[in-house]
Amino acid sequence: MANTFFLRHLIAALLVSAPWFIPACASAQATTPFAPPSEDSLPADKFGDMVRQGKDLFVHTDKLRGKYVGNGLKCVNCHLDAGRLADSAPLWAAYTIYPAYRKKTNEVSTFEQRLQGCFEYSMNGKAPPPGGPELTALTAYSFWLATGAPVGVRLPGQGYPKLDKPAQSPNIARGAKIYAAHCALCHGENGGGTQAEGAYVFPPLWGKDSFNWGAGMHQVNTAAGFIKANMPLSKPNSLSDQEAWDVAAFVNSHERPQDPRFRGDVAATKKAFHDEQCFYGDNVDGHVLGSRRK
Amino acid sequence: MKKPMGIAGLCLGLLAVSASSADLNAGRMLVLKGNDRGATACQTCHVSDGSGNAAAGFPRLAGINAEYLAKQLHDFQQGTRNDPVMQPIAKALSDAEIKDVSAYFAAQRTAVSLTLSGDALVAHGARLALSGLWDKGIPACVSCHGPAGRGVGGHFPGLAGQHANYIAKQFDAWRNGTRANDPQSLMKGIALRMPKDDIAAVSAYFASLAPAK
Repeated sequence: MANTFFLRHLIAALLVSAPWFIPACASAQATTPFAPPSEDSLPADKFGDMVRQGKDLFVHTDKLRGKYVGNGLKCVNCHLDAGRLADSAPLWAAYTIYPAYRKKTNEVSTFEQRLQGCFEYSMNGKAPPPGGPELTALTAYSFWLATGAPVGVRLPGQGYPKLDKPAQSPNIARGAKIYAAHCALCHGENGGGTQAEGAYVFPPLWGKDSFNWGAGMHQVNTAAGFIKANMPLSKPNSLSDQEAWDVAAFVNSHERPQDPRFRGDVAATKKAFHDEQCFYGDNVDGHVLGSRRK
Repeated sequence: MKKPMGIAGLCLGLLAVSASSADLNAGRMLVLKGNDRGATACQTCHVSDGSGNAAAGFPRLAGINAEYLAKQLHDFQQGTRNDPVMQPIAKALSDAEIKDVSAYFAAQRTAVSLTLSGDALVAHGARLALSGLWDKGIPACVSCHGPAGRGVGGHFPGLAGQHANYIAKQFDAWRNGTRANDPQSLMKGIALRMPKDDIAAVSAYFASLAPAK
């Protein structure tokens, strides 16, 4: 009895603390990731309708272009399988860890405020109003995907995997070769994505229609983790860690829309907001990144 | 003041000429009559309007991207795509003829007889095509072949309106290696992971969609 009691507490303690420092790639193998509910189980009522609206916005975010979206991206571009896929920043793992303190804002943010951040940075747009139809629908969808998930626990598969430091520091020139061999087919030689019938099918990775300098994905480490676990589409984990780091450096060493927190000059903005692994404010091939406005 | 054309300008000019040099009428003649070097008339199997033959599994070519069609013919020539009928025909075509015939079929627009949309197989296929089969690592088909399955550029062909048994046959070809001309082996990987019943379902779904207008 006493042993069982002790064991149960030990397991509980491990569950709470372990996911914070176990590398995501190891934990994904060791544990079956949380399984969000099947869409068949969605009720045919007002709640079910709200969840369906949220999924629709998540997958077809271009519907909000010009209103809250300022670029050619959709939520599903970085959160694969409509926000369900482990190691692709799944919504079920994000919903359950908010409200949370964020270094980026130096405040405790609610899940809705976190979604607003996605619109301002990743979507290079404007934050939809709290309690409005867009954020209510997206929150309902996230909440429903997290049905049965423990609250306040960082679940395996949350966010993107954190890759170990590469043997050689990320290199733009090596990354260019990897990009040409593995990425340009869909994202284009110039990173501008590929359109069909007037809409983006493959998302732009840099340039005016991509995420801005304030988005999490502009950090080389974040992009490397996403790429390693998810790219090329249908071939996850096919690049080596070094290749993922190098190609992330290449992608993120191109110009993109200005950081909305811009303080009038790149150096001041860099100092205030970019103490992270990124190229903002760096001189790459004679150009200071971030110095070209939208 | 006219400036003499530089070498760069001259090269651009030549490129422009060669890019626009596909001769639709020459393509049409090949489709109707073939050539005197052993290429049989394409219409024998693919029909002059490029609608193909559903029962026989001869693919619809009408409205398929010209760059994609030309690549397939070159791949038949080189053997990265194997087919006992198409390989000798492709080898009997010159580069110019490939360009002409590809442009001809790309320009065709034909109606298709649509499968009943209430069909359970089609409904299952729709779900797979639009959402993927992620527990097998398979993304939504439309994430590469376009939201309406009408294709994206020269590497991701239109599937809308394609004959179901032709699509299913390609999955077999990628699985057994007789077709190995997909960029980065993307389709091979998907074909190897895709359950047989699901192949039938997505094939039926795309066959039920209206092709490029």
